[in-house]
Amino acid sequence: MTATQEAPQQLGEVPSFEVHLKIRRYLPPETDGAAPYGAPAPQAEAYWQDFTVRVHGTDRVLDALHKVKWEQDGTLTFRRSCAHGVCGSDAMRINGRNRLACKTLLKDLDPSKPITIEPIKGLQVIKDLVVDMEPFFASYREVMPFLVTAGNAPTRERLQSPEQRARYDDTTKCILCACCTSSCPVFWNDGQYFGPAAIVNAHRFIFDSRDSAAAQRLEILNDKEGVWRCRTTFNCTDACPRGIEVTKAIAEVKRAMITRAY
Amino acid sequence: MQTHEYDVVIVGAGGAGMRAALEASTQARTAVISKLYPTRSHTGAAQGGMCAALANVEEDNWEWHTFDTVKGGDYLVDQDAAEIMAKEAIDAVLDLEKMGLPFNRTPEGKIDQRRFGGHTRNHGDAPVRRACYAADRTGHMILQTLYQNCVKQDVEFYNEFYVLDLLVDHDLAATHVPAGEEVHVSGVVAYELATGEIHVFHAKAVILATGGAGKIFKTTSNAHTLTGDGIALAYRRGIPLEDMEFFQFHPTGLAGLGILLSEAARGEGAILRNSEGERFMERYAPTIKDLAPRDIVARSMANEVREGRGAGPHKDYVLLDLTHLEPAVIDAKLPDITEFARTYLGVEPYTEPVPVYPTAHYMMGGVPTNVEGEVLRNATDVIRGLYAAGECACVSVHGSNRLGTNSLLDINVFGKRSGRAAAAYAATAELVPLPDDPAGPVVAELEAIRTRSDGERVADIRTELQQTMDTNAQVFRTDESLQRALQDIRALRQRYAAVGVQDRSRTFNTDLLEAVELGFLLDVAETVVVGAINRKESRGGHFREDFPKRDDAGYMRHTLAYRRPLSVKPEDTDGDPDGAFHWVTAFDDYQLMLGSKPVTVTRYQPMERKY
Repeated sequence: MTATQEAPQQLGEVPSFEVHLKIRRYLPPETDGAAPYGAPAPQAEAYWQDFTVRVHGTDRVLDALHKVKWEQDGTLTFRRSCAHGVCGSDAMRINGRNRLACKTLLKDLDPSKPITIEPIKGLQVIKDLVVDMEPFFASYREVMPFLVTAGNAPTRERLQSPEQRARYDDTTKCILCACCTSSCPVFWNDGQYFGPAAIVNAHRFIFDSRDSAAAQRLEILNDKEGVWRCRTTFNCTDACPRGIEVTKAIAEVKRAMITRAY
Repeated sequence: MQTHEYDVVIVGAGGAGMRAALEASTQARTAVISKLYPTRSHTGAAQGGMCAALANVEEDNWEWHTFDTVKGGDYLVDQDAAEIMAKEAIDAVLDLEKMGLPFNRTPEGKIDQRRFGGHTRNHGDAPVRRACYAADRTGHMILQTLYQNCVKQDVEFYNEFYVLDLLVDHDLAATHVPAGEEVHVSGVVAYELATGEIHVFHAKAVILATGGAGKIFKTTSNAHTLTGDGIALAYRRGIPLEDMEFFQFHPTGLAGLGILLSEAARGEGAILRNSEGERFMERYAPTIKDLAPRDIVARSMANEVREGRGAGPHKDYVLLDLTHLEPAVIDAKLPDITEFARTYLGVEPYTEPVPVYPTAHYMMGGVPTNVEGEVLRNATDVIRGLYAAGECACVSVHGSNRLGTNSLLDINVFGKRSGRAAAAYAATAELVPLPDDPAGPVVAELEAIRTRSDGERVADIRTELQQTMDTNAQVFRTDESLQRALQDIRALRQRYAAVGVQDRSRTFNTDLLEAVELGFLLDVAETVVVGAINRKESRGGHFREDFPKRDDAGYMRHTLAYRRPLSVKPEDTDGDPDGAFHWVTAFDDYQLMLGSKPVTVTRYQPMERKY
């Protein structure tokens, strides 16, 4: 890149600069033979495609992708919704790291090289940057990610002290974007592994003072594809766009399994 | 094409849709169809809280909450509905807590509460602590908790399915429904994004819960996917849209970006300042200052900028000052919004004020419903089996300006009510036969766009629409500006008729769906602008510089906007209780007629709105 900042042409103009994107494309062959317009040809192989777009100082990777899609190549496909890091739609691998495209400012990336953008790893690619999220959500659903209580419900709220509430605060922040799970080398090699996100969501309930199903969740995660597969590489913690200490949460679940204290 | 049969089909998996699903699925065979994975829905972006008069931290009662809601909505609120919402708020919050929602707690372990704009003690005396919250992630927690409980109840979802048509057994647009005859819903038509396959859902009851349409504006806190789908589908089928001219501009969007910074910041003590450092809200709302309702704060901010007291190099924003708050308080109660300021503007809120400007945030109007969520096809009659809840619906509990936190409340109270009502209806109703070739119109529209060569670019039309709406139909409006917007929309509609896409594939064709969504945006925008032209008064979120006063004699009525074929004469269609449409505007291939609906007033007669 090349990112030379140009002097504003006139007062009030926001400075803009050029970025080069190197995007991993995959346009699946169509069952009825319809060819995606503009693609070299429907093909089973993924390939790299370069784009150059002009962006502004506050633009994020998502803005650059939109510029490509809206101005150059409408076939470029990715998921997105909220565009400010809370919905978890646009997890992708940006310069080799899992991030949300809407939370990654272009000006913060190394301007001396093209920005590489790939789908997250370990999940099957459907098209371009879109992967099949079903296995990810299936693992989530398996850990009983909901409050289970014992006894009669009180008329008012269940009481919980601020300290008890703080105990599981970190893991309530999860937006299920899959940045953590798809950054995990164990998950890349073994798609059966529950993965960090599912464990984070189990943690959120195991350490909730109102919950009474911790033992069941720990039993589920004591499986050979459960927490013991974690090799503590901390990729998940680095990848989490919500700043959750994912590896620590996994370690706490392991400890709870051994000590039965939660 | 596949056909599915259900008792209840819910369109949309945000807060309202999933709250409805939790009710309906225990009693009726229920499917939720969503264009996103449920946890991607924009309920998750709501931040500050959900009000309910729990009185956990100070004296409060639901009657005060009702009053605040009515006054906040500048008396266009249906007061029976507001009363239900304020009363049922308490159980709605307690329900969520029992489902597992991790609310912040008081030292005694109760749900903590904080201040929010327009929520007051004893009919306006002083701000009251009424908003139940989970840091500044209340919407995230609500969305997650509802999804968790849907998983627990094994609710059936069709994710990444776009609903593109609503099936009703009468042609409401073109024909008059004879007296005594009932109109029924029979299902929806959906497009599966992953495969391009069409699915017809034959259902006894349908609940629209598709959210808002903030993307008609350029500067908005709304997600890219908030394109008014359910609202436009109803409108195209001849169902009126209520009070579309009332759009809320949230005061504190990150300047230039529109990303939301919760009102909770001001609830926790943050102050708005102009370039001179002045706390200008003292001049506009002497009693509750920065915690005045959003319409008033947004207008005050825009006025400061207009009068040259804006901050920054271009003097085009004001400042949200949190620097006097303890960093520990900020971290505990406002962690996300302060991170947004750091991430997106590089501003450190501990030590620097944050640049903010109003951002299009919430549509007070929508598909008209009664308090059970049943959709109205005119001022009085319902469509059997059709329900709407959440931002796409207009009950109307928000009137002309919604109070902060009342949207999270709305989705829970009226999501639950519509889910319950739909299941009860389905228990006794029969399936109504589908029309011949139910998917025909959808397939024809999609194929026309998909196969058109050298069509107009979606993004070009959309950008121009958003630009004209920002310029001409935002915080300040005049007849002149609105006429410009209408003229632009007409021209854009003509260009939209020739819209094309580059992606011709059937797999995950988001290019095609963006084109369809643009059609929805144009529909919604025209109802906003025409409603705003017609309403020659200023009320709540609708401010006309050429008519700066509220005019109760002329306009204390809900607007209903109907789309009708050009051949239909106003007197030949069901509409206004007065038997007259007071505004008809022709587009190229249909006309938009405005009728009205009376406001329900119970306890509170309109008063001048001062804070």
